[in-house]
Amino acid sequence: MSSYYLDLFSALGLNILLALSVYCPMATGQLSLGNAGFMAIGAYVSAILVVHLHVPLFVTLIAGGVMAGIVGILVGFPVLRLRGVFLAMATLGFGEIVRNFFMNFLESLTGGAYGFRGIGDTPISITWIWGWVIFFLIFFFFLSRSRLGLAMIATHDDDTVSELIGINIVRLKIGAFGLGAFIAGVAGGLYAHYYLYIEPEFFNVWKSIYMVLFVIMGGMLTFWGGVLGASIFTLLPELTRVLQDWRGAFFGVVIIGLMIARPSGLITREILRLDFWLPSPKESKP
Amino acid sequence: MNKTSILALSRVCKNFGGLIAVDDLSLKVSSGQICGLIGPNGGGKTTVFNMITGVYPCLRGSIHLEDVDIRSMKSYRITRLGIARTFQTIRLFPNLSTLEHVLIGQNFLARSRIGGFPSLGRTDKINLRGQAEEILNLLGIWEVRHRKAITLPYGSQRKVEIARALATRPKLLLLDEPTAGMNIRETEELLKIISKIRGLGNTILVIEHDMKFVMGICDYIFVLNFGKKIAEGTPEEISQNKRVIEAYLGRED
Repeated sequence: MSSYYLDLFSALGLNILLALSVYCPMATGQLSLGNAGFMAIGAYVSAILVVHLHVPLFVTLIAGGVMAGIVGILVGFPVLRLRGVFLAMATLGFGEIVRNFFMNFLESLTGGAYGFRGIGDTPISITWIWGWVIFFLIFFFFLSRSRLGLAMIATHDDDTVSELIGINIVRLKIGAFGLGAFIAGVAGGLYAHYYLYIEPEFFNVWKSIYMVLFVIMGGMLTFWGGVLGASIFTLLPELTRVLQDWRGAFFGVVIIGLMIARPSGLITREILRLDFWLPSPKESKP
Repeated sequence: MNKTSILALSRVCKNFGGLIAVDDLSLKVSSGQICGLIGPNGGGKTTVFNMITGVYPCLRGSIHLEDVDIRSMKSYRITRLGIARTFQTIRLFPNLSTLEHVLIGQNFLARSRIGGFPSLGRTDKINLRGQAEEILNLLGIWEVRHRKAITLPYGSQRKVEIARALATRPKLLLLDEPTAGMNIRETEELLKIISKIRGLGNTILVIEHDMKFVMGICDYIFVLNFGKKIAEGTPEEISQNKRVIEAYLGRED
């Protein structure tokens, strides 16, 4: 594979992971605009462990993800009391806190605003990234067929009623938020070791907004939606290079058009609905 | 009323700011009965349901389910202990099918042991599937199990709500105006279904305005007006109670 396609498909893999990291809390009705913050935590933790402590790469990826997940759960307890726009604002604020933290602290380890150089000599291979993508896709595939997946959709639809039919919605929401943070953290670690350079500015609000857009465009009630959204956002700009200066504008039009045509995203559960997809009783009538 | 009581409210109060919604209310629901909770609009009936199910905190008095004090417990714990309810205005999950409403009602029953999370994959016991099938058949919504519940006719939506509540295997079922907005045929059908549910050994507490319905099905009735219990008794006793007639029709002067 030429390095152009290698880069493109690595970016695609990372974007799919980031989309899944937003999908996870969104499936329980939580809009997180702070996932770039979790990504930053994973990236910096993983890079610091490799560069300064010479920990094996795989271990640092897990460590970065776990660290992001723990922070996610700690942030989740106070923040997930909020809903809708207020939750979005609070998570956005969180992302900014993280970015500023890495801008101004730990400079001796990370280079601060100047960026973290020399994370390694050669980038990790694309199989690292896609290994994680496939792992999480399998995970979400089984989750979507489980009662837990059903509980997530119910909580997304109406959390008061969900609690009244016996679902512990606080644990479910915080669990989903923490898992999303874990995925973002892993993606951050992969990002650091693929590009071999990170700086706080990479993890700004735009990054978070793009992740959310992937999911909103693709469809937020099945994980395939995030996968499709990430693919469109990664590949479409490349396919439309012929448009030259109009490329950005064309892309904006595509976004608006899709939102008008399919407000609940490209992939909905109806499209995916096949009987074997859902845990269901036997077809025969008793 | 010598049977064991399944639900006992004792001196329960609730006020919203200066408005007293429920005032010093005590009542006992006997096991295996259908009890009616009636009264003029704004009498505090739904507030009572919300307090029993933990939606509103109950600051004074006590609420017992059998021997357990469920006052100010979290809603999901109360449901797991055996109280399920429906809502005055239908509240279904827009993204779930009829069948999925029943499955989600069974959700906490299908827990795996690890961490208390419901199990991943399709590992839950077969009897839950069988039960989901039974519930759908009992309510006559088996044929529409794969349709999105919110696309069903109004009467069927009510049935889905009841099915979802039954799926939690409640000891006590709270129905908040089950016949609201239904036509006569649908009401009669629902009456049969509720009798069947009672036949299965469930206890039911029902808020209802349709007097024919209440008088026809309830074993015992509580009357609430301005948050106070003004009467209780069998349907015959209630229909002759002076204070009840006054509350509904006004005083003769």
